[in-house]
Amino acid sequence: MLSLSNLAVARGGVTVLQGLTLTVRPGQALILRGPNGSGKTTLLRTLAGLQPPAEGSFDLPPDSIAYAAHADGLKSTLTVTENLAFWSRIYGGPAVENAIRALDLTQLVRRRAGELSAGQKRRLGLARLLVTGRPAWLLDEPTVSLDVASVALFAGVVRDHLGKGGLAVIATHVDLGLPEATVLDLDPHRARVIQSTGFDEAFA
Amino acid sequence: MKALLLRDLRLAFRSGGGFGLGLAFFFLLSVLVPLGVGPEGGTLGRIAPGILWVGALLACLLSLDRIFALDHEDGSLDLLATAPIPLEAVVAVKAFAHWLVTGLPLTVIAPGLGVFLNLPPGGYQWLVLSLLLGTPALSVIGAFGAAVTVGLRRGGLLLSLLVLPLYVPTLIFGGEVVRRGAENMALATPLALLAAISLGAAALLPFAAASAIRVNLR
Repeated sequence: MLSLSNLAVARGGVTVLQGLTLTVRPGQALILRGPNGSGKTTLLRTLAGLQPPAEGSFDLPPDSIAYAAHADGLKSTLTVTENLAFWSRIYGGPAVENAIRALDLTQLVRRRAGELSAGQKRRLGLARLLVTGRPAWLLDEPTVSLDVASVALFAGVVRDHLGKGGLAVIATHVDLGLPEATVLDLDPHRARVIQSTGFDEAFA
Repeated sequence: MKALLLRDLRLAFRSGGGFGLGLAFFFLLSVLVPLGVGPEGGTLGRIAPGILWVGALLACLLSLDRIFALDHEDGSLDLLATAPIPLEAVVAVKAFAHWLVTGLPLTVIAPGLGVFLNLPPGGYQWLVLSLLLGTPALSVIGAFGAAVTVGLRRGGLLLSLLVLPLYVPTLIFGGEVVRRGAENMALATPLALLAAISLGAAALLPFAAASAIRVNLR
């Protein structure tokens, strides 16, 4: 279970989001919406434990999360299987075969990651989530460079994950068609930037 | 942790992994210095311990920025930081992998290069032993430097400037062991100090490096 209480997150020392209070139950997905620069990535990095919250707190055990960032963390000289097997061993997670099948990478297992197309790399990066065996997925724009069929495939993977009692926080603008998805619009939570009205009031 | 070690070794030996860069540098230096200095008067034999140690140190320095920079670029460092193994262990394993692909091969070929430099016969065993004890310190200190500069683009120069002063004690004691060995003098003290530097660095610096990475990832 994930709960935020009055959470504020900062990027480069400047608070970008504040007053976030909500709960995500197992089996539920939280969709983050907001314009570029509204703090979606910052919020996800905070939840992943990569940076401390600026204020407030959240409850999500660090050993329950799997984080998927913009970069997929692939080694271009390793093959698809080697890349996945590495993360599987690091997490002590399940074997890689299911993940390869779930994201339709079977044809590519012997290819080096450097020889894959952008969409195939993305699918490989997302397959990593399955070999972690972690219940809480934090996904930052997971559908970038995926085609329509792959988006549907990935939505199915997320639905399966939620069906098994996992939870997911997803920053995306694509409708994944998830049941029980809560959409959180970040716009009302953006930290107010103090508007400078010039120096006139000092002389008034 | 074994998985991480195997991955780093595999990456180092695949194309573009940088294995052999340090070795080639060490080899070239040891071949060129005799040609530059010339054969007269035993000068070469006298400066051989210092040249060999400086060469090993610079060869180590060449591949330092790859320890974390590549993982930072492709995003794996973020993922490793959220993985179940502690970041301190990640640093220690990556420093060990760096030693296996640079420090250890340097130690192995050093006696052969000692011949080029006319190193006196008594010095060979001590050359190998001093490099074996000293090069781990080079890798660990280097990993710390790489951790401090991990977020910077083109951080290589800054990394060298940061790390070189920290390499000085290792260089002094390492060169001293070989020089004393070559002249058949007592060398227990510099040898013990060299080992102490390596052990101290390996015990403490992974923690410092892990904190530096955490700050740099924010």
